[in-house]
Amino acid sequence: MANRIKVLLTKPTHDAHDRGARYLARKFRDAGFEVVFTNFLVAEEIIATALQEDVDVIGVSSSAGGHMPVFEELMSGLAAASVDDVLVIGGGIIPDVDARVLAGLGVPAVFGPGASAESAVEFIKEHVRQRSAV
Amino acid sequence: MTEDDDLVSRVLARDQRAGARMITLIENDAPGAASRLAELFPHTGRAAVIGVTGPPGAGKSTLVEGMVRAWRDRGRTVGVLAVDPSSPFTGGAILGDRIRMASLTGDPGVYVRSMASRAHLGGLAEATPAAVRVLDAMGMDVIVVETVGVGQSEIAIAGTADCTVLVTMPGAGDGIQAMKAGVLEIGDVFVVNKADREGALRTRRELNAMLRMQDRTPRPVVLLTKADMGDGVEQVVRQVEEFLDTRRGSGQLQKRRLRHLEREALELIGAQARRRTLATLDQATIDELSEALWERRQDPATVAARALAALQWADNDC
Ligand SMILES: Nc1nc2c(ncn2[C@@H]2O[C@H](COP(=O)(O)OP(=O)(O)O)[C@@H](O)[C@H]2O)c(=O)[nH]1
Ligand SMILES: [Mg+2]
Repeated sequence: MANRIKVLLTKPTHDAHDRGARYLARKFRDAGFEVVFTNFLVAEEIIATALQEDVDVIGVSSSAGGHMPVFEELMSGLAAASVDDVLVIGGGIIPDVDARVLAGLGVPAVFGPGASAESAVEFIKEHVRQRSAV
Repeated sequence: MTEDDDLVSRVLARDQRAGARMITLIENDAPGAASRLAELFPHTGRAAVIGVTGPPGAGKSTLVEGMVRAWRDRGRTVGVLAVDPSSPFTGGAILGDRIRMASLTGDPGVYVRSMASRAHLGGLAEATPAAVRVLDAMGMDVIVVETVGVGQSEIAIAGTADCTVLVTMPGAGDGIQAMKAGVLEIGDVFVVNKADREGALRTRRELNAMLRMQDRTPRPVVLLTKADMGDGVEQVVRQVEEFLDTRRGSGQLQKRRLRHLEREALELIGAQARRRTLATLDQATIDELSEALWERRQDPATVAARALAALQWADNDC
């Protein structure tokens, strides 16, 4: 059996605009990824879920703002748990200024409404980290 | 960085991350997965394994969340495996069961894992029981396996549980229909969810009528639930526990487990014999066997016997 890329795609529970995230989930599935789809209230839930699911990639979608503290807590929480083999990316409506700050935090890419799903798929395939297998 | 060398001991020390990684190794059929599983096996057999199956949308995940909370209230630790089908075309999958189990995230006594069936790769039959054993070795008191009750392989998984809960909903004429097609037999506890909807009582009547035709003693009960409100969930858990207690007391549970293990071993014999036989034959022999079929000189049974004989020779050589 081939190693499949497993992605946690998550959006804030109270974010009513989930069309983008759902669309992306289907595109990821069509690209052969296994996509765990969830909602979150706080960053700790994203970390707990990512560890239980043992995902390769965490994609956080935001379209209602308030995402910066979430990303900050997520990245510091992952570092505190010594998780260094998971790729974190952003999606939804995240302004360029925020995206630049996120790059500094270790979130190398943000896929906004203008980005194609294909570009996200390609980015993941290229940047997914080698994970300690055995 | 975590080291994988002590993966087995970390799983046995109930380290959830080690368990999570172990399940990934199993899913990918990675080198080292089989030997580690073999090491874990003597530490398994303690957990109660509950299968929950039924048509999509019946409310299985919602019910599972409620059942897990009921077990948590009793002080039990719980592992959940939520299996969703892989796309037969791309191999990808959308695993959405966790959306209905949000309240379980963050409870250190609960481990939830979504799994794609990978059924088209022949993976389900091997990976899910193995993942159950990992959770068992991690010391989970109860393990719940949610599968969609459509394909034969999914049904087979539910069929390896100590107790299988079949969930349907009213109006799902198809739901009942699906259960008729050989599925009814595997149910130990029956649930008609969405009891707030019209037709719930009729659905229960129909199920009871079908169960009466199957003379099983004791006849399984059919419960009504409103899983999204939590109504009736406690009764489902109580019914499952009663079923397990009775079966444990009479020794039937232990016999059922042995049957499942024997069946798994038998299936592996078949799969491995096929794999090894094909690996042993060289292309010239394969062509020759194919020619024998094409010219109708030898029937498939004779060809199979010759192929197996080749495997025997190869084994004697080494
Ligand atoms: N009306 C009603 N809806 C329910 C009930 N239980 C679950 N649902 C809803 O049914 C839908 C499918 O539930 P889910 O648990 O995902 O079903 P599954 O596909 O069988 O796992 C969700 O929107 C639930 O909120 C119920 O008792 N009554
Ligand atoms: Mg479900």
